[in-house]
Amino acid sequence: MLLGIGAVGAFLAVDLGGVAYANKWIGPRAGLTRKAFIDRFRTVFGEHPGFRRNHAKGVVVTGYFDSNGNGRDLSRAAVFRSGRTSVIGRFSLTGGYPFVADTPAAARGLGLAFAFPDGQEWRTAVLNLPVFPDNSPQGFYDRLLASKVDPATGKPDPAAMSAFLAAHPETAAAMTVIKQHPPTPGFADSTYWGLNTFFFVSDAGARTPVRWSLVPQQSALPPRSGGENVLFDALIRQMRTDQLQWRLMLTVGTPQDPLLDATLPWPDDRRTIDAGTLTLTGIETERAGNARDVNFDPLVVPDGIEPSGDPLLSARSAVYAASYRARTGESKSPSAVQVDGVAT
Amino acid sequence: MTDDHRGAAHFPVRTRILHWLTAILIFTTLFIGFVMVNSLGSYSALVGIHMTLGVVILCIVVLRAANRFTRRAPKLPDTVGWLEHKLVVGSELTLYALMLAQPLIGWAMVSATGRPPVIFGSLRMPRIAPFDADLFFVLRQTHSVLAYAMVAVIAAHVSAVLLHTLTLRDRMLSRMAFSRHR
Repeated sequence: MLLGIGAVGAFLAVDLGGVAYANKWIGPRAGLTRKAFIDRFRTVFGEHPGFRRNHAKGVVVTGYFDSNGNGRDLSRAAVFRSGRTSVIGRFSLTGGYPFVADTPAAARGLGLAFAFPDGQEWRTAVLNLPVFPDNSPQGFYDRLLASKVDPATGKPDPAAMSAFLAAHPETAAAMTVIKQHPPTPGFADSTYWGLNTFFFVSDAGARTPVRWSLVPQQSALPPRSGGENVLFDALIRQMRTDQLQWRLMLTVGTPQDPLLDATLPWPDDRRTIDAGTLTLTGIETERAGNARDVNFDPLVVPDGIEPSGDPLLSARSAVYAASYRARTGESKSPSAVQVDGVAT
Repeated sequence: MTDDHRGAAHFPVRTRILHWLTAILIFTTLFIGFVMVNSLGSYSALVGIHMTLGVVILCIVVLRAANRFTRRAPKLPDTVGWLEHKLVVGSELTLYALMLAQPLIGWAMVSATGRPPVIFGSLRMPRIAPFDADLFFVLRQTHSVLAYAMVAVIAAHVSAVLLHTLTLRDRMLSRMAFSRHR
């Protein structure tokens, strides 16, 4: 009898203990989790149910990508064959405030999903920054708090930011590179960079390190003063009459280039390939079923593109998934950017 | 104890192999699932393994169900009373239902985000649910609830067999074991 009860007790201790350990209910708590990121976004930006935890303010776009076939030598991905692929996307501003007033200081984001929702889908989220400010999840986590706006001054605490930069020289160096590329007047004339390195895989299986960027083919309609959404409104007015286009540029790295560190630019003389033209034809308010409900997870890639070991990539995938799970379960309220509400 | 007890019948070898294979795979997949949602650096690699194991389990469980429900199980020991017999049948059916539902819900949940599950590193599965964020959330919550339900049902299943085998000494475990000694 005792043997049986003892065996059951031992089994349950190992079994349920294993579950508790895996869930980090017991045992060492060291290491960042995605829950820590979600909590930090709440600490810094507050509660905004139904919205993305970061890049909360945005507007949805649609269009297509015309590949010229030049990317085929590097990648066997279907999207680089000559021809057209449909695209859905979302312009956004960095930060977790869905109703924040547009400011040139906020980084502009563009999430894109090529061939959505096909099996060979390619998702990427690009920023109007030439390098990313952080090279590790911890750096991003710490910088979020150091950048928290002090309600008294309306600005981040300068002491917190200097302490952060002293502890993170890679961010200080990245800021210097970023300052050499000041923001343009609008979304439409911004260059967007992919920042993290991926490997393009050819038909023969050759793997080449690549970073990509989108180079604008138009100037932006100047923002009108007044209102909270000056940047988004200018984009909407421009897209009522014009298609917007960007060239997809592939920068070919070498094994000696910094492949795992998104704060470091590659040398200027690296070969670039013009792989085709992204054309955005439609703009619409965020709503159920459009790109509002897409998680621009950078690890959704087609056959022919593979992630590098950049630690930001897996962490982004994990945190985006947590943000997506949280917001899909929350009640929604209308987005700040209402396309139909913008005066012509 | 009578000789009938001692000579407790085995499940067929095929059934026993499938049982222990599923046990190992399910334990691993549950453990990876709980670990991956708390990890950043290994998240993407673990998700790939988790999805792959899930699809493998689904295939094995379909085989297992076909194998199991087309033939009778060996007689339970006499120590199993009428009520407990109902519980045995119920818990076995519950386990089969969970083992089939859990991978399907995981597959549908990924499908509802508008992307295919990718297994074995590069094999893209067809999507089995429409792109729908509300549907995703329901499936995502269900996937977690069923994971904990599996932990509970497996714990009860193993505890019952251990209690029978060690306390009542009715050789319950030997129905599924490979050892030949008496």
